[in-house]
Amino acid sequence: MIHVENLTKDYGEIKAVKGINFTVNDGEILGFLGPNGAGKSTTLRIMTTFLAPTSGTVTLDGYSIHEHPTEVRRRIGYLPELNPLYGDMVVHDLLKFVAGVRGITGKAFKSALGRVMGVCGIGEVMHRTVRELSKGYKQRVGLAMAIIHDPEILILDEPSAGLDPNQIVEIRQLIKDLGKEKTVILSSHILQEVQAVADRMIILNNGEVVADGTNAELMASFQGKAQLIMEVKNASAASIKALPQKIPDISIQGQSAHGNVRRVQLEYPTGHDLREQVFKYAVESGWTILEMSRQQAQLEDVFRSLTLMEGGRDA
Amino acid sequence: MPEAFTIYLRQTILIFRKELASYFDSAVAYIALVVFLLISGWFFSSSFFLINESDLRVLFSMIPIMYLFFIPAITMGLLAREKSAGTIELLVTLPIADGAVVLGKYLAAMALLGVALLFTLLHFITLVFVSSNVDVGALLSGYLGLLLVGGVYAAIGIFCSAITDNQITAFIGSFMLVFILFVLSKVIIFVPGFMSAFVQYISIDFHLTNISRGVIDSRNLVYFGSMIFLFLTLAVRVLEMRKWR
Repeated sequence: MIHVENLTKDYGEIKAVKGINFTVNDGEILGFLGPNGAGKSTTLRIMTTFLAPTSGTVTLDGYSIHEHPTEVRRRIGYLPELNPLYGDMVVHDLLKFVAGVRGITGKAFKSALGRVMGVCGIGEVMHRTVRELSKGYKQRVGLAMAIIHDPEILILDEPSAGLDPNQIVEIRQLIKDLGKEKTVILSSHILQEVQAVADRMIILNNGEVVADGTNAELMASFQGKAQLIMEVKNASAASIKALPQKIPDISIQGQSAHGNVRRVQLEYPTGHDLREQVFKYAVESGWTILEMSRQQAQLEDVFRSLTLMEGGRDA
Repeated sequence: MPEAFTIYLRQTILIFRKELASYFDSAVAYIALVVFLLISGWFFSSSFFLINESDLRVLFSMIPIMYLFFIPAITMGLLAREKSAGTIELLVTLPIADGAVVLGKYLAAMALLGVALLFTLLHFITLVFVSSNVDVGALLSGYLGLLLVGGVYAAIGIFCSAITDNQITAFIGSFMLVFILFVLSKVIIFVPGFMSAFVQYISIDFHLTNISRGVIDSRNLVYFGSMIFLFLTLAVRVLEMRKWR
């Protein structure tokens, strides 16, 4: 369990994080979503004890970042933004170093190495210098370093930044697999990514939490309009015009006619599905329905409407 | 507490080994060593062959001057490079004390310095072969002095490397600090009388001369020890300050 309470962080005049609160449950994959400069990295850096908050606190399995930073670090595997690695080190030595600092040596290291080699698929680059690796492999090495001590909590800051589409798919799968056993917090400014891997998401904007919930919950809370597009044959103009009187919540946004085929755009509030009533009305009025499709507000729209703002500091 | 100490020690050794390996994986160590040995070799052999003197005094007085460039060069990257590459974030979010990071890196620089001094022993061996009266005691105390001065300079170097993420800035900063310490004894005649004792105590040359003469006084050792401790502690503090920026 991770509790973030009233966390703030000022960089001089700039308030990067403005009093955010949230809880992460064990075994959850939490997506941290927000435009660049929303305070995602800053929050993650505070959680990993790299930065100290201006006020507020984070507790992780009961250990506070203020009183027990070492205990916090022990429990976390962290992949920082841009995945900084020691370029002149051989992958094997790098993993050995990180494991050594965490007290994993000898046989324990060998078995840990075998595990991360399998999970991250870095067996073939084990004896190559980090600098020579492709970006995808570097990312895997970064992940391998983060999970070498089999941490309960994994914090990944923009794990797919700079990867090509194939590598992104691979990394996402890797994160999903890891998330089966661990608590994973990942940040991204790409909605699809969070949508693809996370159980729950927190949307940050301008240093504040603007939304917190599962995919479905966020969708439901977003009060938008759904559009219904219909293509109907043999429909009289009068019967179409009479539709809003019959079904009060509906409004006609536009229509066009080609011969005896009409295309009608209807709109109604989401959360209140009117398609059945529309169908019944169509049957009563003797329409032949050629097409009927609903276009719901996408999560993308939720994201955009929550985070549209002037650009902030990149942190 | 003993367990915490063992962990601290083990982590210091890990940092030390990593840093030493990175010195020798990159060209830094070789370039620094070659330049150091070329210059020290020239100073030794020029007096040796030209004046026919079997004396290491010239060398012992030249090495502190070479330190002014050599030590800032080998310490400038210790923390500044980690910061500019971003790897510092990786390092300090591991369960490791900032003190162990600084100490391990400091010891790696000292080891490189030790290698450089070890090579200058060649000159000593040359002397043993051609000369009958070699003062081993003076030689040992001379090396001890060099090691201690190098220790102070390296502590200043790592402190300057902690302040910035630019290696050149770190080099210039530590060169200036080290140069001030070095030059104090030369400007002491210009200092008003009431301050001269203080300036003399701060000046590194004053303490080095005592030790090089073979007088190993606890006052001098305390000076070197506290200077090293002061700058290493400052380096740790500066590293911790990242959190509050």
